Amino acid sequence: MHFLLLFSRQGKLRLQKWFTPVPEREKKKIVRDMTTMVLGRKPRSCNFLHWKDLKIVYKKYASLYFCCGLDAEENELLALEVLHRYVELLDKYFGNVCELDIIFNFEKAYFILDEFLLGGEVQETSKQVLSRSIEASDMLQEVCFGRSCLLSVLSIIFSVVL
Amino acid sequence: MPAPIRLRELIRTIRTARTQAEEREMIQKECAAIRSSFREEDNTYRCRNVAKLLYMHMLGYPAHFGQLECLKLIASQKFTDKRIGYLGAMLLLDERQDVHLLMTNCIKNDLNHSTQYVQGLALCTLGCMGSSEMCRDLAGEVEKLLKTSNSYLRKKAALCAVHVIRKVPELMEMFLPATKNLLSEKNHGVLHTSVVLLTEMCERSPDMLLHFRKVWLLVPQLVRILKNLIMSGYSPEHDVSGISDPFLQVRILRLLRILGRSDDDSSEAMNDILAQVATNTETSKNVGNAILYETVLTIMDIKSESGLRVLAINILGRFLLNNDKNIRYVALTSLLKTVQTDHNAVQRHRSTIVDCLKDLDVSIKRRAMELSFALVNGNNIRGMMKELLYFLDSCDPEFKADCASGVFLAAEKYAPSKRWHIDTIMRVLTTAGSYVRDDSVPNLIQLITNSVEMHAYTVQRLYKALLDDISQQPLVQVSSWCIGEYGDLLVSGQCEEEEPIQVTEDEVLDVLEGLLVSNLSTPVTRGYSLTAIMKLSTRFSSVNRIKKVVSIYGSSIDVELQQRAVEYNALFKKYDHMRSALLERMPIMEKTASNGPTEIVQTNGETEPSVPDTKLPPLITQPANQANDLLDLLGGNDVVPVIQTTLPTKPASAGGELLDLLGDLSLSGGPAPAPSVPISQPPFLLDGLSSQPLFNDISAAIPPMTAYNKNGLKIEFTFERANPNPNIAVITIHATNTTEADMTEFVFQAAVPKTFQLQLLSPSSNIVPALNQGSVTQVIRVLNPQKQQLRMRVKLTYTHKGSPVQDLAEVNNFPPQSWQ
Repeated sequence: MHFLLLFSRQGKLRLQKWFTPVPEREKKKIVRDMTTMVLGRKPRSCNFLHWKDLKIVYKKYASLYFCCGLDAEENELLALEVLHRYVELLDKYFGNVCELDIIFNFEKAYFILDEFLLGGEVQETSKQVLSRSIEASDMLQEVCFGRSCLLSVLSIIFSVVL
Repeated sequence: MPAPIRLRELIRTIRTARTQAEEREMIQKECAAIRSSFREEDNTYRCRNVAKLLYMHMLGYPAHFGQLECLKLIASQKFTDKRIGYLGAMLLLDERQDVHLLMTNCIKNDLNHSTQYVQGLALCTLGCMGSSEMCRDLAGEVEKLLKTSNSYLRKKAALCAVHVIRKVPELMEMFLPATKNLLSEKNHGVLHTSVVLLTEMCERSPDMLLHFRKVWLLVPQLVRILKNLIMSGYSPEHDVSGISDPFLQVRILRLLRILGRSDDDSSEAMNDILAQVATNTETSKNVGNAILYETVLTIMDIKSESGLRVLAINILGRFLLNNDKNIRYVALTSLLKTVQTDHNAVQRHRSTIVDCLKDLDVSIKRRAMELSFALVNGNNIRGMMKELLYFLDSCDPEFKADCASGVFLAAEKYAPSKRWHIDTIMRVLTTAGSYVRDDSVPNLIQLITNSVEMHAYTVQRLYKALLDDISQQPLVQVSSWCIGEYGDLLVSGQCEEEEPIQVTEDEVLDVLEGLLVSNLSTPVTRGYSLTAIMKLSTRFSSVNRIKKVVSIYGSSIDVELQQRAVEYNALFKKYDHMRSALLERMPIMEKTASNGPTEIVQTNGETEPSVPDTKLPPLITQPANQANDLLDLLGGNDVVPVIQTTLPTKPASAGGELLDLLGDLSLSGGPAPAPSVPISQPPFLLDGLSSQPLFNDISAAIPPMTAYNKNGLKIEFTFERANPNPNIAVITIHATNTTEADMTEFVFQAAVPKTFQLQLLSPSSNIVPALNQGSVTQVIRVLNPQKQQLRMRVKLTYTHKGSPVQDLAEVNNFPPQSWQ
């Protein structure tokens, strides 16, 4: 996979993941091209497109479009499954995920994606294993935060006491 | 200083902005706050600020001043900081940035961290966007992690290794030992990523591929894993709609494809498992079809046995009938790849493919069109063409050019009859005329010229089309060319294929003149119609009208038209004696080798409407002046009219002028060079003018013969084979005169049965000197595609001792070598 983009019906970008080094200007152009092409498709068209030498696979989930760019040898039907799996992971994490969840918690959407795909390839095929890793990472964050909170509270108390 | 606002707060605020300007203002304000916070080296809130920056970056605003802050976050000990730091690095710090390399040390430390989730972050970042230098520095660490027993880290390390190999292919070797044990893992994540790693290695290095095949015996291992996947019962962890770990199955199939390619043993070893997957996979959901799709691709690519291949194509055939558009699309793309190698198997699904032409989806229509053209052959041409023409009528403009070209190509290769071919071309020109490619006009003209017996029918149909619509330039150009050539057939109402129409010369000239003045006509089209009008001056009787038109355009603004008009004017005035000869019918044009496989359109399967009759009808004598009189003479339809270029040659200077004028005439097909016309014309002329010595060396192969010997006039035929086409016999006639008086105004004409085509080149002179003091030579080219016995009827006219002499004779004594 070369890239994965999420954008709304109005063409606003919600997530962008690039698996190959692309200059900033080029990234903007690709995003523009993808949004124009995908948003311009008729409602019941097939989910595959051709763009330059890449196969573009896209799927609409509620108000969000999930769009990825593949090499010629990659399996388009499987790519649809990959997109679907990612949506399932988001759904499990947020509980009935909607676009607003992804807008307000974009960094978490990235974290989940980074547990699922690495360098454009799937790294874990079990939903349960994945969810457990993300939970554990979140716990680590909490503990960390908790610890630093405790430290700052303690330092305030000491500074008051001393 | 108050604490910076939280991330969610910022997002909420920005979303309330009603205009772009308002949003920009908010963002600028926040960016300023963030910048001052960075300057103060605030550790507590750095994470929050960078997160806000990343949000604003996603909206499209510049965030480069946060790059160094990301590095500081990565170096922090807090997991929260690291998480955001690495995210920021992946979004802002790709390898083009200067500070990119500064990450290397941090990543190295984190790869050896005590917490696996930190190690995971480092591996992820490296595997996503590590530069070549970074990969070189850190490959060792990655390799170490590949050997760990921690499956969480092992799978990430494997994909990181894939990235390292992509960036620095030389480092592939170092991962080899660690990779060996990967496949014995039970963990699906590790298995999956290992297969990806092995795939990458195989694709990059043929040596590695061989090593895996022969030494590691990878194929049986993979077959076993795949078998376990399919046979094992329900596993809740990896199940997707009843299928166990489809992602892993597909990757294994893909690796098997690479291993089995061009290797018989490997292909054989995987035959069974492929058949099993192909027959047992559940097809009700997309996931099952994804696996079947990959299986089909693998079967077609390896050296599979024919039964398996047929199974694969049948799967694709079933895909075509699936309701799901995606699956139909994928089937068409795959069939297109296999149609060359497994043509017959794909043919069985032809009707389904043709139905896909009517699909609403644009991508599917295009694939179906390409595949349909690939499937056209001599047997199905009529049915297929009907569907394709219907498609041409109703398709979007983006398809029309390609479809029209495809139709022409297919018609040329497989046309069952000439009439069908011409009808098909007419249909394309009238429905999609403005979309046909430029080079189709000269190709069509050549085709029409060579379909000799269809001339009357063709010109009539084209004339009628012209009456309806003059906006489509290719149609107009071909029509005006034909009317110029065969206008006499049009007005004489000679059409035998359909009801002849009543058209007067004036009506025809009205139409052609209309083209000249119409706004719809391009300059090229105007050129065509002016030349057509000129040609009609030898075919029609209303010469004065034509003279007037031509002289008007002598002062046209368009330089091309002006030049033509001036030259044609000259033809009327100074060179009037040459006019009839110059404007004769075009000869058969030979296609050059690059143009196409056939020289003359071959009938394919069907019989022509008029069956060739080998028995020539009785003679009717008539004074003969025009080329077509020979046709009347010999009773009409059974004999091909002679197409000759009889140009009595004048001394050298006039010959030079002749060449120039004819050079122009040969381009009358249009300023866009007709590929075959200019190439074939000059050699013929040169052949005629310089005659025999060119062919003497080959003529010994076929013995010469005396064709005619009467009243002192003897005509001998000598033979040679034309290159490159062995179906063409080149005959040179030598006419000698044994009487004491010259034979002047000597004209030799010939006719052949319908299965042949004949071309007479210009004679060396029209005076046969007395007492064998010299001879007249002329070259005849006979096309004999069916290798039938050559027979010829000749007509000789000359003036001897003041009185005209005329004679007809049959020549039957051709040596067998001349036509076999």
